[in-house]
Amino acid sequence: MNITLTINGKVYAHDIAPRLSLSQYLREVLDLTGTHIGCDTSGCGACTITLNGDAVKSCTILAVQADGCEITTIEGMANGIEMHPIQEAFKEHHGLQCGFCTPGMVMTAADILKNNAHPTEKEIREGLKGNFCRCTGYHNIVKSIQHAAEKING
Amino acid sequence: MGNFIGKSVKRREDARFLKGAGKYTDDIKLPKMTQAAFVRSPYAHARILKVDTSAALKASGVVAVYTSNDQCGDYGVPCGWQVNFKNGETMREPKHPLLAKDKIRHLGEAVAIVIAESLELARDAAELVEVDYEELAAVTNPREAMKSGAPQVHDEWKDNAAFDWCIGNDRAEVEAALSAAHHVTEMEFRNQRLAPNAIEPRSYIADYDVNGDKWTLYTSTQNPHLIRLLLCAFALGIPEHKVRVVSHDVGGGFGSKIYHYTEEALLTWVSREIGRPVKWTSDRSEAFLTDAHGRDHMVTSKMGFDKEGKIVAHLTDEYCGMGAYLSTFAPAIPTYLHGTLFQGVYTTPLIHLNVTAPFTHTVPVDAYRGAGRPEATYLLERILSKAASEMNMDQAEIRFKNFIPPFDGITQPGYQTQVALQYDSGNYEATLKRGLEMLGYEDFRKEQQEARKNGKLLGVGISTYIEGCGIAPSAVVGALGARAGLYEVGHVRVQPTGKVSVFTGAHSHGQGHETVFAQFVADKLGIAMDDVEIVHGDTDQVAFGMGTYGSRSLAVGGSAIIKSIDKVLEKGAKIAAHKLEAAEEDLEYADGKWTVKGTDKSVSFGDVSLTAYVPHDYPEGLEPGLDFSSFYDPSNFTYPFGAHIAVVEVCKDTGKVDLKRFVACDDVGNVMNPMIVDGQIHGGVVQGIGQALLEEVVYDEAGQMINGSYMDYAMPRADDLPMIETDRTTTPCPHNPLGVKGAGEAGAIGSTPAVVNAVVDAVAHLGVTDIQMPLTPQRVWKAMQN
Repeated sequence: MNITLTINGKVYAHDIAPRLSLSQYLREVLDLTGTHIGCDTSGCGACTITLNGDAVKSCTILAVQADGCEITTIEGMANGIEMHPIQEAFKEHHGLQCGFCTPGMVMTAADILKNNAHPTEKEIREGLKGNFCRCTGYHNIVKSIQHAAEKING
Repeated sequence: MGNFIGKSVKRREDARFLKGAGKYTDDIKLPKMTQAAFVRSPYAHARILKVDTSAALKASGVVAVYTSNDQCGDYGVPCGWQVNFKNGETMREPKHPLLAKDKIRHLGEAVAIVIAESLELARDAAELVEVDYEELAAVTNPREAMKSGAPQVHDEWKDNAAFDWCIGNDRAEVEAALSAAHHVTEMEFRNQRLAPNAIEPRSYIADYDVNGDKWTLYTSTQNPHLIRLLLCAFALGIPEHKVRVVSHDVGGGFGSKIYHYTEEALLTWVSREIGRPVKWTSDRSEAFLTDAHGRDHMVTSKMGFDKEGKIVAHLTDEYCGMGAYLSTFAPAIPTYLHGTLFQGVYTTPLIHLNVTAPFTHTVPVDAYRGAGRPEATYLLERILSKAASEMNMDQAEIRFKNFIPPFDGITQPGYQTQVALQYDSGNYEATLKRGLEMLGYEDFRKEQQEARKNGKLLGVGISTYIEGCGIAPSAVVGALGARAGLYEVGHVRVQPTGKVSVFTGAHSHGQGHETVFAQFVADKLGIAMDDVEIVHGDTDQVAFGMGTYGSRSLAVGGSAIIKSIDKVLEKGAKIAAHKLEAAEEDLEYADGKWTVKGTDKSVSFGDVSLTAYVPHDYPEGLEPGLDFSSFYDPSNFTYPFGAHIAVVEVCKDTGKVDLKRFVACDDVGNVMNPMIVDGQIHGGVVQGIGQALLEEVVYDEAGQMINGSYMDYAMPRADDLPMIETDRTTTPCPHNPLGVKGAGEAGAIGSTPAVVNAVVDAVAHLGVTDIQMPLTPQRVWKAMQN
């Protein structure tokens, strides 16, 4: 099936198999390997991207369902070598260790902060509950998002 | 000390991870690469009657299909540790085949591998492989496995024991002391089976280059050189110098990526057969079924006390499941990494542990964060708190009564335990004092009483742990059954421009070596961190290494690098003396330059480096170059310790546990980067909390795993947790140059019993004395009703 979609501001058109998941399309067809796959039941959140502005687990939708959509992946967050304030905050507050869940965490953090400029710790924790991290115990991820909120929204 | 050691330097590796530019194995694509899919058994125990691959071979895009009838059926992966029976009988070591032949011994064991042009086509074709099984009765519980008439995992032996083992004082002596004790506390429980669940699934690419007659194996391992050694010398019998093992970025390990897995060896074999690269990445279901699990101990224990509450004797019997085959380090986990910690931080004069390790029809069990030490700590810390409750003592008081007094290991000797080890240095009461202060223990007890009056169930739990890490002195582990040395290699190559490349056999999969190692290298050499590069995870670049596990990277790997730095500075001083026309003994090295003492005559590290590679005016007889490699074999394990305290509220209507606070005061020796140590503690603590409250791999009686997905296996999520409150005391390790002890596993070792002690404390007044982990609402509620 033919799809046309915009990813990180660039338009792509491909003829793909209907059963191809969006996460596989990003990784295998477009080589956007920053979107990671950690499970097969939408449980881990490592594959989180934004689709038409909302955080979505890209392993759970088919690439053909994203036809005509606007997508941002982790590769679209930084402005060249300049990192997004959320990425900066994760670095500053040690919000990552092995880095595997990190792209999903950053994309989810962006979604949390889009909907709530000044989330409480509890709201951040609730916003993160679809994303597993096995390294950090979430402590520094929560701190990173608190600081990113301050940086972005004052 | 320097500009970087002890500072929370931000991580240099973060930018690539944050931008999605990390290079994990599954991110790699090679030209002409094929994809593999496995046909796995839906039964835990079955006879394989027939395997028909004909339809799969004809399917679209299929390159090859292999079963154990092919040459790969002759190969197996080895076990790296031998623990013989108490009576001298050799450990029973079954062949662990790359593909099952004749018989299936655990759910998910691979029967065939299908290679195709794409993952989808490989999976489609795997569906077409027809296997006829005759299902057999299975045994998954280690205690049941030792009963007569239990289903037999390996037919060549008369029962399911892989080995048995004991440690400590004479059993009769311990039993006599228990009989004479003022009070005896007893416990029986299962330290449940856990799935490590690194979020990156295992992934391998094998690439055989026919022209160079050379293999490259890209693998998500904690341990690239050991994988190469096991693969070449034991699994396939291929030449080690023609195999390159690469593990770039690895998305978490926690032990599960130490081992040499069957899929690694099989893909390596397949790649030469088909003459093309082949990739396999586990999906999460396969990860649950095939990654080595942790724990699975069935424990019966008695601890005796005098009337003051001092421990007089401790006797324990355990059944420790090995799974269907012996994984790489499996026999070491319930023995030398477990029984040797039964002293804990206490002066217990008599200790005896007896272990029986049976095979079961389950995936192999091996090291998982802490490996044997969390199991030891859980038992000690639970039985001590249970005893305190029975003897109407406070949990803190019973610990203070039994602590080993402080010793620094320099002016005072190390502490000789009853279970073989000699602790290096410790000040155990200091961590508990600090932990209680952080919590406000006295005030909490008042708050708890008030809350109880209002029908709220608050509880506090203490755990004071020790662990043995910095693994390990080779001669010691060799005598204990290890089939490898456990030294580390550190290679420091000073480039002509004075820039420094460091090659380490340690492996980072989240620990931040690229930053921490550069911190101390830069400080020791008095140069900028930007001038230091840390290289790991490639056997073609790093001469040798034993990888990262057992909190060993800094204590062992860091020490090896320090040895090489010392050699660089020693040779550099000879060159500097020549350049300064001074005697070597008149020079001092600081801030990146050699200075003639008491003068302003100096020469920089960069000048000396250049001279070493452009040796025109050069000390006579001295070799050019500034490039040293060292092996460091530690003289002892290191022994971090600490106090963890949890506060919980239990819902009286549902049994749900709300973790209100978690306080950790750890002592990991000297700290290179506090930010990273805190991060290691946070992560470890939360994994330990996961075991206490949420996690358990459940096999039913037929050997089916009934919770093998993220929809069913509960792990800690962000909203299950409070912030973790951390602090430290510092008792340096006396026997390694950085004085470091290790921080990777401490959190997971200390936290589990603290949480369970807190829950039991919250409901103790209802008559509850113990609850089986994980403490699900149902279990807690049931305990309250009884």
